[in-house]
Amino acid sequence: MTYLDHAATTPMLPVAVARYSEALGRVGNPSSLHTAGRRARKDVEEARESIAGAVGALPTEVVLATGGTEADNLAVKGIYWARREADPRHTGVVVSAVEHHAVLDAAEWLAEHEGATLHVLGVDETGRVHPSALRELLAAHADEIAVVSVMWANNEVGSVNDVRALADVAHEFDVPLHTDAVQAVGSLPVDFATSGADALSLTGHKLGGPVGVGALLLRRDASCMPLLHGGGQERDVRSGTLDVAGTLSLAAAVHAAVDDVPRRTVELAGLRDDLVARLVAEVPDATLNGVPLDAAPVAGGPARLPGNAHLSFPGCEGDSLLMLLDAHEIECSTGSACTAGVARPSHVLLAMGVEEAAARGSLRFSLGHSSTAADVDAAVAAIGPVVERARGALARS
Amino acid sequence: MRVLAAMSGGVDSAVAAARARDAGHDVVGVHLALSAKPATMREGARGCCSVEDSHDARRCADVLDIPFYVWDMAARFTEDVVEPFVAEYAAGRTPNPCLRCNEKIKFSAVLDRALALGFDAVVTGHYARLTDGVLRRAVDPDKDQSYVLGVLTADQLAHAMFPLGESPKSEVRAEAARRGLVVAEKPDSHDICFIPSGDTRGFLADRLSEAPGELVDAVSGAVLGRHSGVAGFTVGQRHGLGLQAPAADGRPRYVLGIEPVSRQVTVGPVEELDVHALSASAPVWHGGHGVTEDVVVQVRAHGGLAPARVTVSDDGLEAALAEPLRGVAPGQAVVVYSGDRVLGSATITSTR
Repeated sequence: MTYLDHAATTPMLPVAVARYSEALGRVGNPSSLHTAGRRARKDVEEARESIAGAVGALPTEVVLATGGTEADNLAVKGIYWARREADPRHTGVVVSAVEHHAVLDAAEWLAEHEGATLHVLGVDETGRVHPSALRELLAAHADEIAVVSVMWANNEVGSVNDVRALADVAHEFDVPLHTDAVQAVGSLPVDFATSGADALSLTGHKLGGPVGVGALLLRRDASCMPLLHGGGQERDVRSGTLDVAGTLSLAAAVHAAVDDVPRRTVELAGLRDDLVARLVAEVPDATLNGVPLDAAPVAGGPARLPGNAHLSFPGCEGDSLLMLLDAHEIECSTGSACTAGVARPSHVLLAMGVEEAAARGSLRFSLGHSSTAADVDAAVAAIGPVVERARGALARS
Repeated sequence: MRVLAAMSGGVDSAVAAARARDAGHDVVGVHLALSAKPATMREGARGCCSVEDSHDARRCADVLDIPFYVWDMAARFTEDVVEPFVAEYAAGRTPNPCLRCNEKIKFSAVLDRALALGFDAVVTGHYARLTDGVLRRAVDPDKDQSYVLGVLTADQLAHAMFPLGESPKSEVRAEAARRGLVVAEKPDSHDICFIPSGDTRGFLADRLSEAPGELVDAVSGAVLGRHSGVAGFTVGQRHGLGLQAPAADGRPRYVLGIEPVSRQVTVGPVEELDVHALSASAPVWHGGHGVTEDVVVQVRAHGGLAPARVTVSDDGLEAALAEPLRGVAPGQAVVVYSGDRVLGSATITSTR
């Protein structure tokens, strides 16, 4: 099998598996006062400090959660509620057009059920949000906006935003900024403090940790209302018994992945560049979506996720390509997975101005920590006949 | 062979896929998403196109250990099945959407795509027998679906597989249970999959700008009442006519005819429903059409059979029925059988 879908989920790192499995055998609720509880608490707090250290946050800023979806929902809804309570005029929510559904649908829900006004920030043809667009929007609506959410790096096309510049703009208008950095941590240099963001989502399974553990980094001075009520374990912002084994494993994975960023930036980008060049050599009219491979750096790091190759293959249906590649034991994606597995043109590509037909004929190959040159070779070997066959299928339907 | 199994999430298509796999074929399961906005859960025993049904199909494919995908056919289905369905009713005819779906979706759009992707055939859970290109009734008379497959051309049938034609339904359910398929006890789907509520008239009323018209007595010519629109009336319909006064003889009235231009709906006694002859157009013949004596025609999916003498022309057929049939509606298919063999299918245009 050639696994080129690391942006969907990536294999757990051996160190994360080891920490996870050894911790699973120990009892102890970190909220208990006895010896077992204190030991569990110590483990969790050390893990929290490790995570905080790896991503430039304070330990108290790490709010443990079940993953990216919960962290995104908590940030968008929780900050909206807190800001509206502080000032009833704060009913605006700003999101970019290319956000993950965990942000987009949360914002739409606020508009439908909580009286919010939704403002959608457009993106350029590479999928990036320009700080000037945010400034223009905030200049017109500054007094109404409760929260801005713009992702660090896009999950489909891999485009990287200048979060620091966006946060600076938001702060000019005294508006907090959340960023979904689920794809960024472990792939790009991410430092919460210097990013200026008020809240940042990360999740374990995109960087070599387990599914079901993640965190919202939330600045000490950021106010946020809880989604989940109960024991108030995490700063009274998030309730639920802490997942000791998951947190230890997450910390091990975050640490290892962040340490590996310099290598990944070079090696994965090298493999990815080779993949793109050879795919286009096999299918000359294929086009790369998103930021060009030779684009200028963003905030000192890559302008595109190093493992991301997202291409349109004219005259093909993405789901035909996926099915044919799957039969060749090559696993990739048509974009973001969807209810009932029905392929729809990606909202990300449409927001970038890609035509609907081209959007439907797109594939995302995403490399990760275990990817090799042999994976690239396998994909390149399969793509020509697969595209030819998929073209025949579209021409006949 | 490499075969593509269309899996609705029901028991029949799951067992059909299983049998194709057991026969040594390389099977890939595909669930057709036919609704742009599928309901999350199936409603009662109706419909087959919810996310829950898609999930059931996936679980069956898992049990069979075959690859599984969802194909989005919603746009084609709307264009080729739902919109013509509405247009046919608007024109006073009674369409059969399942037949159209076989003709235009399963054995056209899906088959074409399957062939282009390197498959040799499409497998479905229809109850019909197919050997050497000859389409026959299924052995289970209650489940036989050859009527809705008669419209398929020789070329379409050459790439079709119906593994259930030799089995009674009870055997298929028992086999599903034996194979550990969770859908073994799932109720049969009824009615029209894209109208899960079963309210065809309501569905049509939402889509057609209807104009009122008269309900006229076929015998006396008297205007008996008014209706809000012709859509939803079907020849042979007894209930929901909206007539207050009973007929003079106290017998129930039935819809006898629908005239879409004047929007006149004629009603009358049951014997006026008797049809002795019919004309049909757009015929599809299986292996020539020499046999016209000693045939039986079928005019709706269940029942509606009569011995007939069929005269064939280039663009249609005339059938003289040896016994009258009731409730024969223009728009429905007439399928011609010799014994259990399907000879051809055409669309009824008029009845006498």
